[in-house]
Amino acid sequence: MLGLKLSKEKLKPLLKEISIDRNIRIMEVCGTHTMAIAKSGIKQLLPPNFRLLSGPGCPVCVTAQEDIERILLLAEKPNVIITTFGDMLRVPGSNGSLQEKQAQGADIRIVYSPLDAVAIARHNREKEVVFIAVGFETTAPTVAVALETARKENLENFSIVCLHKLVIPVLRTLLEDQTTEIDGFLLPGHVSTIICTTPYEFIAEEFQKACVVSGFEAVDILESLWLISRQLKTGRFKVENQYQRGVKKEGNKVAMEAINRFFEPTGSLWRGIGEIENSGLKLRPEFSCFDAFLKFDLKDVQVKLAPSGCICGKILRGISKPEDCGLFGKVCTPLSPVGPCMVSSEGACAASFYYAGGDIIGR
Amino acid sequence: MADERILLSHGAGGLKTRKLIREVFQKNLGNAYLQQELDAALIKFSTNKIALTTDSFVVSPIIFPGGDIGKLAVCGTVNDLAVMGAKPLYLTLGIIIEEGMPFEVLEKVVCSLGNTAREAGVQIVAGDTKVVEHGACDKIFINTSGIGFVPPNIDLRPSKMLPGDKIIVSGSVGNHGIAILAAREGLNFTPPLSSDCTYLNYLIDRVLNLSSGIKCMRDPTRGGLATTLNELAQQAGLGIKLYEEAVPIDPQVRRACSMLGLDPLYLANEGKVIIIVSAKDASRVLEEIRKFDIGKNANIIGEVTDAHPSKVVMETELGTLRVLRMLEGEPLPRIC
Repeated sequence: MLGLKLSKEKLKPLLKEISIDRNIRIMEVCGTHTMAIAKSGIKQLLPPNFRLLSGPGCPVCVTAQEDIERILLLAEKPNVIITTFGDMLRVPGSNGSLQEKQAQGADIRIVYSPLDAVAIARHNREKEVVFIAVGFETTAPTVAVALETARKENLENFSIVCLHKLVIPVLRTLLEDQTTEIDGFLLPGHVSTIICTTPYEFIAEEFQKACVVSGFEAVDILESLWLISRQLKTGRFKVENQYQRGVKKEGNKVAMEAINRFFEPTGSLWRGIGEIENSGLKLRPEFSCFDAFLKFDLKDVQVKLAPSGCICGKILRGISKPEDCGLFGKVCTPLSPVGPCMVSSEGACAASFYYAGGDIIGR
Repeated sequence: MADERILLSHGAGGLKTRKLIREVFQKNLGNAYLQQELDAALIKFSTNKIALTTDSFVVSPIIFPGGDIGKLAVCGTVNDLAVMGAKPLYLTLGIIIEEGMPFEVLEKVVCSLGNTAREAGVQIVAGDTKVVEHGACDKIFINTSGIGFVPPNIDLRPSKMLPGDKIIVSGSVGNHGIAILAAREGLNFTPPLSSDCTYLNYLIDRVLNLSSGIKCMRDPTRGGLATTLNELAQQAGLGIKLYEEAVPIDPQVRRACSMLGLDPLYLANEGKVIIIVSAKDASRVLEEIRKFDIGKNANIIGEVTDAHPSKVVMETELGTLRVLRMLEGEPLPRIC
């Protein structure tokens, strides 16, 4: 292991070993990786034939437009307090964003934990408090804890919009898709702390792709890329765990139990990718009283989607780069985003926009 | 346009704020002073110049680790005068109080206003109080205006910046923004995050007395270091090169930011000054700043360049380059 501080001297030989004699496409699955890669400028250090692609790992970005529209409908209901992570606020729908609904008088509050939403429900019994539950296996346990708290306290005015997604099924979908050419994966460190590394084994065994579970410091990512290039060179593929300080062999059993107690797998719609079998979580029938879309009869509401020209779907599958989109940086900026990838602090487009490298200054 | 509404991000200090200022305020009120977009207006009286500025404070919570709305209201205005090279002299105070506010809390805020004014060497010479019904404002809103005298030999402007000039920041960045966020959201960090709220006029005065090579100064409040440097680069028509390793950031601020997905370079400061100084005088000025307790973490963080006009580019710890843009508007309202 390299340690957390990497000198420029140590960097040189490492980069030399990463280089490889053919075109390589590696997907970073997690939005936090996308941001860390952009922020540290790692792409500038890699050889031109070693490409990093952003994957479907930013929770806000993969949320289907249909669900966004339903959330916006919910925000218009009287006596409803919407609680959400900040990233969701500016995601545009056909008729404005949550931020714009807020300016028009809707009660929308940013929270940093689902338990904050429960606290708001506790202090506003006369209102319905809805938490927008987006995220992967990392967020779901915290939502389970919130639900457990609300259940114990009989908070009948608390509910969630359950949009949780699962990482493994979407990875399989990407691997089975003939149009995506991916040689290996930088696997999400945080999700792996919960689910451990075993569920990824099919990537190496069945699909013969390189894969390394990685931490989030620039050094972690560089070391993981080095491990990936080693797998590619030797042709021996297996799940390696670079993020040993975070990911334990058995994962987090308590968190998994919490997820399984409240949720069960369900088909889920991914923005730009489509419906994937068993790729989401829904509330178990005995907890359906917490389902906000059921409560407000929004489950089957048909929403009209206007074509925006946003190519999020291709970006989330690693087929296109943000810069390939005709809207990028012109029509679509963080100030007036067209798609969620430009909004979220983990979105590929926002990462490319905010952390553009030296290439744009013509050095 | 007709149905556009004011969003919280219009007040975040980034591009949206600038658009609002230009398209509503400049358009209707514009004159030669406002158009300069400086921290304080410099008004000529015969051969002397006075600096005049105003600022409103709506921070929530009104009392936070490292300060309160009263201290902030004095420091904010004093600093806006000081960075223009003015010696701050007199402040006015407008207070809007929500009905039901406990006397004890008001007293605490006003006491803090008085103490900070005394320490900073300014006098609050005029004031106004309004009380509004419950819900019409949140606890207490304050406006302070300030007036200061600019010594005849002092002339600080971005247009004086030259390639090769050094950029000094007087201490760690991001502390105020993250401290307010943590206090408001009840996020407990150990050690606790504290605002850097303080007056900078004595430090600035010493620096101006020491060196005639000071080109201009700014206090990087809303929008943070990155946004303020962008404003300077654009106003000077020159580039700014920044060294990531050199930018002082407290370890606990760095940790909290990485947890919350925030970038300390874009978080507000309320007790920091950016100084652009000639390369010749830079180390002398730095040494002097470090003699102050509030300047002990000061550092030379970059330089002015003609390589990429109007852009701020940072060399990262890995040796890669990153363009720092202005803040685009983020959900961190009411930090000052």
